[in-house]
Amino acid sequence: MIGVLVEHGSGGVSHSTLEVIAVARGMGAPVALWLGDAPSADDVATLSLHGASEVRAAAIGEDAHLASRAGAALLEAAGDLSVVLGVSTFASKEIATRFAVAAGAGMVVDAASVAMVDGRVETEQFVLTATWLVRTRVESERAVVLLRPNSAKAEPASSPGDARVVSIDVPPAVPAETLVARVPVASEGVPLAEAPVVVAGGRGTAGDYDLIRELAELLGGAVGASRDATDEGWIGHEHMVGQTGATVSPGLYVACGISGAVHHRGGMQGSGTIVAINTDPDAPIFDIADFGVVGDLFEVLAQAIAALRSRA
Amino acid sequence: MRILVCVKHVPDLQLERSFTDGRMTRSADDGMNDLDEHAVEAAVRLVEDHGGEVVAVTVGGPDSVAAVRKALQLGATRAIRVTDDAIAGSDVFGTARVLAAAARALAAEEPLDLVLTGMASLDGLTSMLPAALAAELGWPQLTLASSLAVAGGTARIERHLPDAHETLEASLPAVVSVTDEANTPRYPNFKAIVAARSAEIGVWDLADLGVEPSSVGAAGSRTRVLSATLRPPRVDRRIVNDTGQGGAMLASFLVERGFA
Repeated sequence: MIGVLVEHGSGGVSHSTLEVIAVARGMGAPVALWLGDAPSADDVATLSLHGASEVRAAAIGEDAHLASRAGAALLEAAGDLSVVLGVSTFASKEIATRFAVAAGAGMVVDAASVAMVDGRVETEQFVLTATWLVRTRVESERAVVLLRPNSAKAEPASSPGDARVVSIDVPPAVPAETLVARVPVASEGVPLAEAPVVVAGGRGTAGDYDLIRELAELLGGAVGASRDATDEGWIGHEHMVGQTGATVSPGLYVACGISGAVHHRGGMQGSGTIVAINTDPDAPIFDIADFGVVGDLFEVLAQAIAALRSRA
Repeated sequence: MRILVCVKHVPDLQLERSFTDGRMTRSADDGMNDLDEHAVEAAVRLVEDHGGEVVAVTVGGPDSVAAVRKALQLGATRAIRVTDDAIAGSDVFGTARVLAAAARALAAEEPLDLVLTGMASLDGLTSMLPAALAAELGWPQLTLASSLAVAGGTARIERHLPDAHETLEASLPAVVSVTDEANTPRYPNFKAIVAARSAEIGVWDLADLGVEPSSVGAAGSRTRVLSATLRPPRVDRRIVNDTGQGGAMLASFLVERGFA
């Protein structure tokens, strides 16, 4: 059995979690590890459909947002499972780290793949702005591996599980931290980190994201931005792609008016296909682009959108 | 206020980076992780407001002294390098164990209020260390702070996660990591640069800290790198000049690749 730390929010189970469950199915029977308020019947149905054989729910409510408390709950929920998988987000990284310290587990984050090889967990990660491939083996008995969104395809299991919900007792404790306030960010469209397509704008947009939003919507993707653009206040910080913002690896990344400084490349260079539009032919983004257009982004985007619409 | 700031010596981001025998290649151009400047700045500002001391610590070989010297330039008042042959090859849990031991040793001299770190090191970018360190110390963790305030024995942070903005509080002592939004690090002045150059740097080894050598380093690591290989460059790349048909060509490319 393979544990999967479930990420969930107002929209139910996250798409990235379903990708991870699909990966887990290839290694054993997935067991969903749920922290927070109890899962709804819909959530359990979704997890079952994707092959979860069991949902272990630790009802710790809002404490699920405190890594120390969530880590302790994960330790209880995981029980004697030797492998726990999850999604490589800041929140899950912290919870899994607390779990790994307590469980003595080896841990790999930002993985692109994971498999059992000769009874040991092996992973692959793209590192150093996705220019190197590192293969790692977990040597300890227990392993935690967090996978980047878009590392696998979320597909219902060929034989869906009939997951029963097992409620997990977490020893009561006063958390060391207090969550004073938590204000959800109203997201526009698909969450950036899990979007299959990202259309991003930088300094070259001068703050005008209309065409970028239009292309993102047309391609079913999310809107990203460079640090320059979020610093200017042109768009919210939650759109920032880069080493200190979101790290994305969509199938398609369209960089518009983004020069491609290393801080930005570190957040997107692992993308499948990279398209760049920039007026500067020497912009470093062209060095990693599969397709580049040297030109005015507004003209290029307007023409591309019109051409794509006329096809439809 | 007595604050320990953890800093890391890493390869220069702007230069070609690589692996040798499964470990990141080191060079004379390595320096303090850029994101750690924000941790030093946060610590120095707290001490400017509340009085006290900022101790910078790094774990690494002789070259890594450059990282703590940089912290001194930026306003830290004391610097320590923890070094031991047995530390080489540590995973994040081993590093956290060493740093926790260093924090405990300092706290034994005089209590610490905070351990501050950057949000990530730009080599590995895992952001795991602050949580591992808090777990080792058994202290509260307040991570990814875009703002930090300390008053009356309590630290309060705000943080911006992709799906929510959170405000968290914890009693001191606590482990806090700060993002690059938290502040703008100062530029060191000439006097600080000169002073840092000749400042005495404390050197501690595992015996000083009472850390069992086999619990850290390659021996204690729970993961092992099997291989590190340079990925092949992208092939069939095409860059066109927009002479009026750039948008149409882009549309065709997207259709050709199945994205539209």
